[in-house]
Amino acid sequence: MAEAVKQLPRIVIHEKLCKACSICVDFCPTNVLELKGSVVAVRNLEACTRCQLCDLRCPDFAIQVFD
Amino acid sequence: MAGNKVKRLIQGNEACAEGALYAGCRFFGGYPITPSTEIAEILSVRLPRVGGKFIQMEDEIASIAAITGASLAGLKSLTATSGPGFSLKQEGIGYACLAEVPCVIVNVMRGGPSTGYPTGPSQSDVMQAKWGTHGDHPVVALVPSTVPEILSETVRAFNLAEEYRTPVFILYDEIVGHMREAVTLPEPGELEIIDRAKPTCAPEEYHPYDTNYDVPPLAAYGEGYRFHITGLNHREDGFPTNDSALIEEGIKRIIDKIEKNKDKILKNEEYLVDGADIVVFAFGSSARSARFAVNKAREKGIKAGLLKPLTLWPFPEETVRKAAKGAKAIIVPEMNLGQIIYEVERCAKGVEVAGINRVDGEPINPAQILEAIEKFS
Amino acid sequence: MSATTAAKKKLSVPFDYDKYLRPGKLPHIWCPGCGHGIVLKSLLRAIDKSGLTKDEICMVSGIGCSSRTPGYVDFNTLHTLHGRALAYATGVKLAKPELNVIIVTGDGDALAIGGNHFIHTCRRNIDMTILVYSNFIYGMTGGQFSPTTPVGALSNTSRYGNIEPVFDCCDLAKASGATFVARGTAYHTLELERTLLAAIKHKGTSVVEIIDECPVYYGRNNKFKSVTQMMEDIEKNGTVSVKQADKLPPEKVQGKLLRGILHQVERPEYCEGYEKLIAKAQGKG
Ligand SMILES: Cc1ncc(C[n+]2csc(CCOP(=O)(O)OP(=O)(O)O)c2C)c(N)n1
Ligand code: SF4
Ligand code: SF4
Ligand code: SF4
Repeated sequence: MAEAVKQLPRIVIHEKLCKACSICVDFCPTNVLELKGSVVAVRNLEACTRCQLCDLRCPDFAIQVFD
Repeated sequence: MAGNKVKRLIQGNEACAEGALYAGCRFFGGYPITPSTEIAEILSVRLPRVGGKFIQMEDEIASIAAITGASLAGLKSLTATSGPGFSLKQEGIGYACLAEVPCVIVNVMRGGPSTGYPTGPSQSDVMQAKWGTHGDHPVVALVPSTVPEILSETVRAFNLAEEYRTPVFILYDEIVGHMREAVTLPEPGELEIIDRAKPTCAPEEYHPYDTNYDVPPLAAYGEGYRFHITGLNHREDGFPTNDSALIEEGIKRIIDKIEKNKDKILKNEEYLVDGADIVVFAFGSSARSARFAVNKAREKGIKAGLLKPLTLWPFPEETVRKAAKGAKAIIVPEMNLGQIIYEVERCAKGVEVAGINRVDGEPINPAQILEAIEKFS
Repeated sequence: MSATTAAKKKLSVPFDYDKYLRPGKLPHIWCPGCGHGIVLKSLLRAIDKSGLTKDEICMVSGIGCSSRTPGYVDFNTLHTLHGRALAYATGVKLAKPELNVIIVTGDGDALAIGGNHFIHTCRRNIDMTILVYSNFIYGMTGGQFSPTTPVGALSNTSRYGNIEPVFDCCDLAKASGATFVARGTAYHTLELERTLLAAIKHKGTSVVEIIDECPVYYGRNNKFKSVTQMMEDIEKNGTVSVKQADKLPPEKVQGKLLRGILHQVERPEYCEGYEKLIAKAQGKG
């Protein structure tokens, strides 16, 4: 059924702003994010609960989570 | 006309307060210090009557900061102090120079250094006014020598601050500050009042340091312009820069805006200087003694004259140069151990320049000056 | 759409910081992991909730890493001298009381060089909101100890361990007369947002001390492995909310800094007092 298809969030990473501090990676409750070189990247979008913690604690205005 | 005019016997510091109110000053921030305190006391009463604000800050550093903030919010602002307080204000003065914030700073000079001689007159802060804050910066300083002049020069100080977007000093010694003389209070409209240029462009286009102007218009906070002000070297949009070309351009512009307009900023009184053999270059209360001495010398047949600057900074180089031509000597009485004399020497090459100095808290008396005039004649 | 999905929907819309940031100014100068950026975001959300327009806000700062904040935000902004932000702000506020004045200042800026202005601003109870960024260090000059550096902590000028006792910013503010005193952290970002909103709304001098992290100078000097570890330390060992503190045994609260609103009273505000003074001077009072 259509309802069963889980809609995934959209995580936008502003690579020019990310300073790879790892705060979002370390505080994401479900391990969605990882550091790849000098920027953060999404490794498991499925697990994202849209809790916004990554955005709230990112010091650099570098990550946003949209529905 | 003259009949309606109010003539009052007032003190120098009172004349300063009257001049400030006449010029449209609506904010005073200060900290009490002899011999300038009367200015604060009077304005604490008078400013609220015209809807203005008086605040006694916690120290002189806070005072210069508060008047700078108030000026950016759109009010003509004043602080008044004396030696120790003038020293404390120096960092804030540099800020106002670089950020180009109009304000007026009165220093009623007393004996120094340090706490020195609080009730004794002095003229020993004139070089501090020029070089007191660090870095290259523009300086405008006015040096009235009579009570009526304190009033009119205070009005002029506000006008210059507004017109050139820069701090302006009024320096006078304790004698002039505390002496009483008859002053005819100017009527509204009698003296010219200048207000700072405000931007007419759209807020998005506004640059507080627009290089298309020598003196860029200054918006006030809270009027829709939302501009940024910093004491860091900045670009024309007000934001900090590390670009060496822009840094130099910015500093040069704030110096040049005064240099280029020197003719309009300088003001001197020449008394019998034309063809004089002996020229006395004197300001403040020393100029009062000098005038007396010049008159005495003339009675004795000596061609003496008085050159009295009302603007000390920028220095009246051309005027001194001209007065030096054909003169035998220039005498520079000052209540310090020799400060302005070096400026005079620089401009009067080839002519004998002699100083009369004292730092004992007593004014230079006419007899001392007359003696020097006679010696060189 | 059911009520629950609507609620969820609302939660997942990221806050639009761009509304308050000056275009083209990011990335900011702060180091990776510096708490100043996190605090700024809480502040912008609080401002958004306050309903104030950008024209109504004047942000004033001193000198320091934290004091660079005004350069990034689209308000009336004034970056002043080290320690003097409150004095400049007082001039702005008294000249134009209709402006909502917010000061951002470092612990060194506010409590060391600016200590005199700090206590007297609180005493006057002039309607301004003061954010003191306590990162236990002088960041901008490269890591010297500050008035909030804990005893024993290492810094570039306390290589043998700091021997100076700390200033409790909130106690100092309260004792000096501030009528709103609170503490927040860069870890508890939503709580900080609420605290800052309350501070902005309060009439009188509001002081909010914000514990945030300087991973580069405080962190490295004091053997923190990462910025995350520093933030966890703020959470676990450093602070406890006033609400929790009431329920915890005293030994669990001891040595920790309290978070939340610590003090709020009503007292005549300076600018309003001055308006009355004007009325009196004009014979109307
Ligand atoms: C009069 C003066 N003294 C010293 C300095 C150098 N200085 C700049 S910022 C600073 C300390 C900043 O520390 P803090 O206020 O805690 O802010 P942070 O950088 O940690 O955010 C110092 C000492 C200065 N700019 N001006
Ligand atoms: S929204 Fe929450 S779950 Fe999703 S990535 Fe961010 S922190 Fe992780
Ligand atoms: S918190 Fe922000 S700056 Fe730090 S790694 Fe994540 S996205 Fe990058
Ligand atoms: S030095 Fe410290 S306080 Fe300054 S920006 Fe870097 S992390 Fe932040």
